[in-house]
Amino acid sequence: MKQSVMSADGPPQRAIDMSGQAMPNRSPRVQQSIHGAGEKRRAPSLGHLEAVAEDESTTVTHEALETESPVVEIDNFSLYYGAKQALFNVSMNVPHGKVTSMVGPSGCGKSTLLRSVNRLNDLIDHVRTEGSMRYGGMDIYSRNINVIELRKSLGMVFQKPNPFPMSIFENVVYPLRIDGEKRKNVLMEVCERSLRGAALWDEVKDRLHESALGMSGGQQQRLCIARAVAASPDVLLMDEPCSALDPIATAKIEDLIQELKGEYTILIVTHNMQQAARTTDYTAFMYLGRLIEYGPTLDMFTKPRCRQTEDYMTGRFG
Amino acid sequence: MASSTLRNPRRSSRPLYQKYLRFSNGLFMGLCVASTLLILAILAMVMLYLLSRGFTHISLDFFTKVEIAEGMAGSPGGMSHALVGTGILIGLASVVGIPLGMLAGIYLSEYSSNSWLGAPTRFIADVLSGVPSIVVGILGYELIVVPVGNANGYAGALALAFIMIPIVARTTEEMVRLVPNSYREASIALGATKARTILRVVLPTASGSIITGIMLAVARVAGETAPLLFTAGASRFMTFDPQQPFPSLTVAIFLFSTGPFKDQQQLAWAGILILIGLIFLLNLVVRLTVHRVQSRRFAGA
Repeated sequence: MKQSVMSADGPPQRAIDMSGQAMPNRSPRVQQSIHGAGEKRRAPSLGHLEAVAEDESTTVTHEALETESPVVEIDNFSLYYGAKQALFNVSMNVPHGKVTSMVGPSGCGKSTLLRSVNRLNDLIDHVRTEGSMRYGGMDIYSRNINVIELRKSLGMVFQKPNPFPMSIFENVVYPLRIDGEKRKNVLMEVCERSLRGAALWDEVKDRLHESALGMSGGQQQRLCIARAVAASPDVLLMDEPCSALDPIATAKIEDLIQELKGEYTILIVTHNMQQAARTTDYTAFMYLGRLIEYGPTLDMFTKPRCRQTEDYMTGRFG
Repeated sequence: MASSTLRNPRRSSRPLYQKYLRFSNGLFMGLCVASTLLILAILAMVMLYLLSRGFTHISLDFFTKVEIAEGMAGSPGGMSHALVGTGILIGLASVVGIPLGMLAGIYLSEYSSNSWLGAPTRFIADVLSGVPSIVVGILGYELIVVPVGNANGYAGALALAFIMIPIVARTTEEMVRLVPNSYREASIALGATKARTILRVVLPTASGSIITGIMLAVARVAGETAPLLFTAGASRFMTFDPQQPFPSLTVAIFLFSTGPFKDQQQLAWAGILILIGLIFLLNLVVRLTVHRVQSRRFAGA
């Protein structure tokens, strides 16, 4: 299981000075792992932060997470694109019924981790994984798992709205169509419920049979959420759902996330720190393929335990 | 004209170069326009010539009567048997060629990325679509007509299908490739299988351009003569039995136009005009329907 580093002291617990030497208050285990970090690849511009990121194989997980019941358990998960390793021993539990955000600079592996949960990375050639990832007690990467059923339980919303070139109605009921549902009243009912759930019904109820591509970007994204919800999943995976939207559409999606919270477990990747602060219960900070720190959003912003987290959250880099 | 103070002083000091730029810019556009006009003129000339030679010989008899031998009452008759024959041949060829070609195209685009089979298949398809159609005719003759013992409609249809398959496969592949990957991801993430994703999202999205491509393949084989000459053979009777030698518009035109009789030659001119008219009509209908469907599907996109 994951290693938690308990700490009664305030942040930053693991601060090190520019020369890479450990400060006196560091725990012996962490101190040990600092040595040898210098030879590894190093992005020159990031200075002292790099030293911490490169050597850490442990994640600082706040105690608050231990009281939550996990839906998705990620344990020592690594992922390779061919020879290139994209995720390094990530361990985190996604708490049930909560909104958890993943933040970090571009290319840190947030989206890769998200796409590993519903095994969307299967679509990419030469992807290899290590470690385990469990959903509802089942090993997601086991040979026997029914990937189709797994994906139906884990709805996904993408960075760019991607409604199909069909009518609004057909988009929403697509998850039912692929299950062979033909009854008009069932389809209509699910369509209305899902669109209401995505706060879109009033805007589109008069043009359900028009092309979905005629909607605005924000409406399209809410349609995609409605489509994901129509499959009645347990978990919603959102990959930067607002990055292609204007502030008003973003606000609507954020409101929607608040409404969906509780009914669904939401795991959201975001570049928008304010969004993470406003809408989420827990925040995971990732850097260079590693999960650095994971804890309640408020604590992550106000008293992070890692120097890197603090630097990123306060906008000093990334 | 921008005021001289705004201009880059280095550039404005080279008026000759500016002149050259303007000239070459205009020259290039001129060349493009001239070529287009030339092609249009040639096409117009061909069409006008065909119209002048063939139009007067199109009569009701052309569509209702079969060929009547020279010297008999009512000769030269009409080409109804050839029209029907071409229709049946194209129908049979499409039934075989379109599904095979489409499935192969889908394989190339959606399934071959991890396989050693993809690149060679693509290459062979490209080579096959460039094979002269007379070669296909000889092949059909050797492989079907000789063992069966007589020229027959099935052999002709298969020869046409053989020409269609690589065209349809490559068009389908190219068009399916153009479908954005985000559609596939969305569908897979919703728990659709790959097959359902392809059938419900990918193919419908690409359907317009696939249909256009297929129709171009159909139009291409509709005008083929050489492969039919050796496989379907010719017939001067109305027939619906593809086990027999089978009439077709193109072979009939070939035989009439190379024959010695004036009235048959005139019938051939009419036949050519009808053939071109049919292909034109086919394209027009398909384009209009595809446009209607697409505009409903992608409205506002």
